[in-house]
Amino acid sequence: MDTREKDIEKLKDYKYGFSTDIESTRAPKGLNEDVIRFISNIKKEPEWMLKFRLNAFERFKVLKEPNWQKPQYPKIDYQDLYYYSAPKSMDNKPKSLDELDPKLLETYKKLGIPLQEQARINGIAVDAVFDSVSVATTFKEELTKQGIIFCSMSEAIQKHPELVKKYLGSVIPTTDHFFATLNSAVFTDGSFVYIPEGVRCPMELSTYFRINASETGQFERTLIIADKGSYVSYLEGCTAPMRDENQLHAANVELIALDDAEIKYSTVQNWYPGDENGKGGIYNFVTKRGLCKGRNSKISWTQVETGSAITWKYPSCILKGDNSTGEFYSIAITNNHQKADTGTKMIHLGKNTKSKIISKGISAGKSDMMYRGLVDISSKADNSRNFTQCDSLLMGNKCGAHTIPYIKNKNIKSNIEHEATTSKISDEQLYYCNQRGLSQEEAVSLIVNGFCKEVLQQLPMEFAVEAQKLVGISLEGSVG
Amino acid sequence: MLSIQNLKAKIDNKEILKGLNLKINAGEVHAIMGPNGSGKSTLSNILSGKKGYEIEGVVDFNNENLLNLETEERAHKGIFLAFQYPLEIPGVNTNTFLKTSLNAIKKARGEKELDALEFLKLIKEKSKELKFDEKILSRQLNVGFSGGEKKKNEILQMSILNPKLSILDETDSGLDIDALRIVSEGVNSLRTKDNSFLIITHYQRLLDYIKPDFVHVLKNGQIIKSGGPELAMDLEKKGYEDFE
Repeated sequence: MDTREKDIEKLKDYKYGFSTDIESTRAPKGLNEDVIRFISNIKKEPEWMLKFRLNAFERFKVLKEPNWQKPQYPKIDYQDLYYYSAPKSMDNKPKSLDELDPKLLETYKKLGIPLQEQARINGIAVDAVFDSVSVATTFKEELTKQGIIFCSMSEAIQKHPELVKKYLGSVIPTTDHFFATLNSAVFTDGSFVYIPEGVRCPMELSTYFRINASETGQFERTLIIADKGSYVSYLEGCTAPMRDENQLHAANVELIALDDAEIKYSTVQNWYPGDENGKGGIYNFVTKRGLCKGRNSKISWTQVETGSAITWKYPSCILKGDNSTGEFYSIAITNNHQKADTGTKMIHLGKNTKSKIISKGISAGKSDMMYRGLVDISSKADNSRNFTQCDSLLMGNKCGAHTIPYIKNKNIKSNIEHEATTSKISDEQLYYCNQRGLSQEEAVSLIVNGFCKEVLQQLPMEFAVEAQKLVGISLEGSVG
Repeated sequence: MLSIQNLKAKIDNKEILKGLNLKINAGEVHAIMGPNGSGKSTLSNILSGKKGYEIEGVVDFNNENLLNLETEERAHKGIFLAFQYPLEIPGVNTNTFLKTSLNAIKKARGEKELDALEFLKLIKEKSKELKFDEKILSRQLNVGFSGGEKKKNEILQMSILNPKLSILDETDSGLDIDALRIVSEGVNSLRTKDNSFLIITHYQRLLDYIKPDFVHVLKNGQIIKSGGPELAMDLEKKGYEDFE
């Protein structure tokens, strides 16, 4: 086999592309009030939660699907989807990992997240979400000792209703926009984190999202609250089986940082991107928003987006508290027929607020990449600053890269800086690396990792190495 | 070690090498001189495996047809090119690049790769030998390097990778006297009975520091004259015009 053929072989080899044959409980197909009642009922939710959902659904009925984005996609028939799917063995929730369906344990092991072993590795606590339910959360007891709550959203609704009631929808209102509103009506599971006042979370918290069932949308809902003076670092990872159909993942993630609190949120997104002809893959339409509610609070988003057929998301910060800081570090890679329209929004409301945006976009194959970002400094946000740097790297001559910054500065005492570059990996650079003994793939991986370095450095150590490899793998076969 | 027979090369339908013959034995230093456009850089590109040429002829390197090997495979077999214009790779620090390169070659040869500590020890040693400022090693590869620093960095890479055949493509151009001396000392320290060098240069000056065993005059795609070091002196005096 010559190298080119090998490259193509490797491309087909999305190693998370398997599916688990597992009996599941599903909601009836389609989207209506009964389905929403079904979801709420199966989760044994209190009345107020059902009301929250139904209100959102009322609103959803009058909303129109947006279409201002660059990547276009065939019309989604929202009545032709399942909105809830969960392994049958989860109907009566197992009390410990030992009671968990071996098939589920096996699945996570294959994904490189052996839950049983993970439970023994110090430093990382994992919440594992399989289709519509959280199947296991590790290290719960240890965290509880410090007053930290880390559990599935469903459990939080049962056990911590006061916190959920207070904060759910406080950053992304149910009326926000089409996909966010849809999520509010039908969301199934996700993670809930509460860090009490003055506590520095002693380990990385992470959630691993897995889509398994076909024809099913995943509507993740995550809520993280960092109380005064607390700190937490949270990471999410995602994969899905290889299928010819496109599957929808419409998540809502809300972060709230009170006075002097800091939340670091990292994503390594590796949803199935579709095959080399652009068939199949996940539609990753996600709303992520953080509210720096208190003074001196800080929210930092880091994302490594390598998967999905279409990635459409703008993790944002609302800098409401004076002296608060928002950061966005992003690596987005598109190859083959993948498309991405991603960036951030930094809304400066408080005085002396700072934001920083570092975006690295890499496009290869026939893919299309868009950075879209808003920096909005309100008239009351005196002495605020933003720095934005958007770099694009092109590989080959059939891909595209676009940058659209929206800049609004309504305060004369504040300033915004924007820098942008576009470059290409040159044949000369590759030749230089080859001459030093590196193969084409190794050379690309080295150059691209160099390009992304500022962002990779932001990731927690344990994940930075993985992310680095992922960056190399996603571009395999893109030159040659 | 290296035997080139009747090498012809075209790029964009333009014939650049027109039947070149050259033989380099282990331990020898050969210098190639010639006017602009005579094919000097093309020769070094073809030996090191740059793509884009139409090639005819035979290039035998230690009993293997070099022309059948990929660029990186040639590096694994011990061919090194010190670039005339070393490339910048933003974000990749010089240390990382060198370590990745050394380990890729070691891996291909089935040798044990160096861990971070072993590598650090090696590079400290070599930088000291070459009077190379270690600070440069933590900077991004060739980014913002002066001309002299870039060339010295090439020599440092050469000494770390310890190649069998080193090709220096106009390494002396753009160097001041001090840098030239350091670069030359670097090359001289690598001269052994097993390692060979092919030095491409415009000027006799470099050959004051690196004594070649053979000097060849390349003109119009062919080697038109070969001799000892005295040939370089002759050239410097008379210019290329007299050699037809």
